[in-house]
Amino acid sequence: MNDTVISAKNLSLTFQTNDGPVHALKDVDLEINKGDFVSFIGPSGCGKTTFLRCMADLEQPTAGDITVNGVSPKAAREARAYGYVFQHAGLYPWRTIDGNIRLPLEIMGVDKAEQDAAVQEVLELVHLEGFEKKYPWQLSGGMQQRASIARALAFHADILLMDEPFGALDEIVRDHLNEQLLDLWARTNKTIGFVTHSIPEAVYLSTKIVVMSPRPGRITDVIESTLPKERPLDIRDSPEFIEIAHRVRDGLRAGHGDD
Amino acid sequence: MRNLFPILTVVAAIFALWYAGSVVLNAPWAYDKAERAGVELTTKELIADTMSQKKPKLPPPHQVGAEIWKTTGAMVAKGRAFSKRSLIYHSWITLSATLLGFALGTGFGIILSVGIVYNRSMDMSVMPWVIASQTIPILAIAPMIIVVLNAVGISGLLPKAVISMYLSFFPVVVGMVKGLRSPDHMQVDQMKTWNASRAQEFWKLRLPSSMPFLFPSLKVAMAASLVGAIVGELPTGAVAGLGARLLGGSYYGQTIQIWSALITAAVLAAALVGIIGMIQKVVLKRMGMA
Repeated sequence: MNDTVISAKNLSLTFQTNDGPVHALKDVDLEINKGDFVSFIGPSGCGKTTFLRCMADLEQPTAGDITVNGVSPKAAREARAYGYVFQHAGLYPWRTIDGNIRLPLEIMGVDKAEQDAAVQEVLELVHLEGFEKKYPWQLSGGMQQRASIARALAFHADILLMDEPFGALDEIVRDHLNEQLLDLWARTNKTIGFVTHSIPEAVYLSTKIVVMSPRPGRITDVIESTLPKERPLDIRDSPEFIEIAHRVRDGLRAGHGDD
Repeated sequence: MRNLFPILTVVAAIFALWYAGSVVLNAPWAYDKAERAGVELTTKELIADTMSQKKPKLPPPHQVGAEIWKTTGAMVAKGRAFSKRSLIYHSWITLSATLLGFALGTGFGIILSVGIVYNRSMDMSVMPWVIASQTIPILAIAPMIIVVLNAVGISGLLPKAVISMYLSFFPVVVGMVKGLRSPDHMQVDQMKTWNASRAQEFWKLRLPSSMPFLFPSLKVAMAASLVGAIVGELPTGAVAGLGARLLGGSYYGQTIQIWSALITAAVLAAALVGIIGMIQKVVLKRMGMA
């Protein structure tokens, strides 16, 4: 049941800068299992984005091991094992929503009929049916980000890596998208890695919350959520939710103890 | 209509200055003639003379206008639009070299910029040469190009186009290097997550992203091409083209002919740049980048 999808052992990444080495990650250990929804939370500079980028082969660790689907991140990337959602939707203004979602499929050489089917399928997943002929500027920020998630889902990768995807959106839109994301996760059974600044967002979404702290970037706590898989928005008022949020806050504070 | 008023004001000011300049600059010759003829000039006679000299220092607008009409519209009316005395004929000669040079320059500029963006050693080495090429006065190098190409049996249109190209590739290189590098880190990373090849990254991301940078470069390149073609006509012995009209005019002190060629060149440049501007508007609007 619990097959490991992503495994990091003693992972370290040091950037050499003019002010000396910066330890973005130091001796990080973590296992992510199939179907997990893992949030990475921590202050700026704690290495949460760097960690996610290591999984995606966008950064190269300087020490330690990391595997994705049992192989190196590079091999996993070349096998198109994951979809990556950035903070900004990054849709191409010269392509329609349909054209944007089709883009990775074109790059991967998927044939036309399969592209059509995939576009329809993911548009439905993110509730953007009927918007395929629109251009990005005709959509709201929240809708653009949903289109960008659809694009990351289009090629049926089992892993979805999301780097503060809702960070630039307002609270109300964010709540709505969080709900939709949970629904999407339940329907597709993807493994999701999710970077966030927001404690409620992390607690609401995750099965596992990874609390990180800076200088050097490291994991200070890993919290297995006891919340049920079915999560209406008002679960955030339940004592259980508040308790988990409290533990996350404590973890964040402990990491800041030396400041 | 609200835009028309300031434009007309500026045009009126230019004409007023131009007429005033004509009177002042042409007056000495008018006085000279009057003195030799032993007559006194009234102010009215003086101004009338400065407006109608055969070889004025600064021909007034109406003389230039009349000359342009005589060598364009009037020739068309007589069915001799492409006679050797027609400015239409000379404009066409220059325009053909301009357009060929512009096409060559744009192509060469884009190829160079792709090389600079994708090849590290070209990135390090080519740009200084590109800049150095533009510091050499074109008047110095144009005769060399003509002589060298003539020596290998190439004459006529191509040498002029090569000079146009020499001037016009530069803005295209500068603009396209910037344009091809305009996608941000995130967009390039995104391409990487899809395991896109460099060719795919170029065609699907970098080239479309560069369009807002390409068009302003093309406008500058087009104007430079026209200058190049005119300069290219000067050392060829002034046979045909707007450059030939300029040179011929200066040999014989035909200032009216020089000014009419100059004005024609300016109108031609404005029209060419305007066409690019229109294409820019349509393309960028369709690409959602305007």
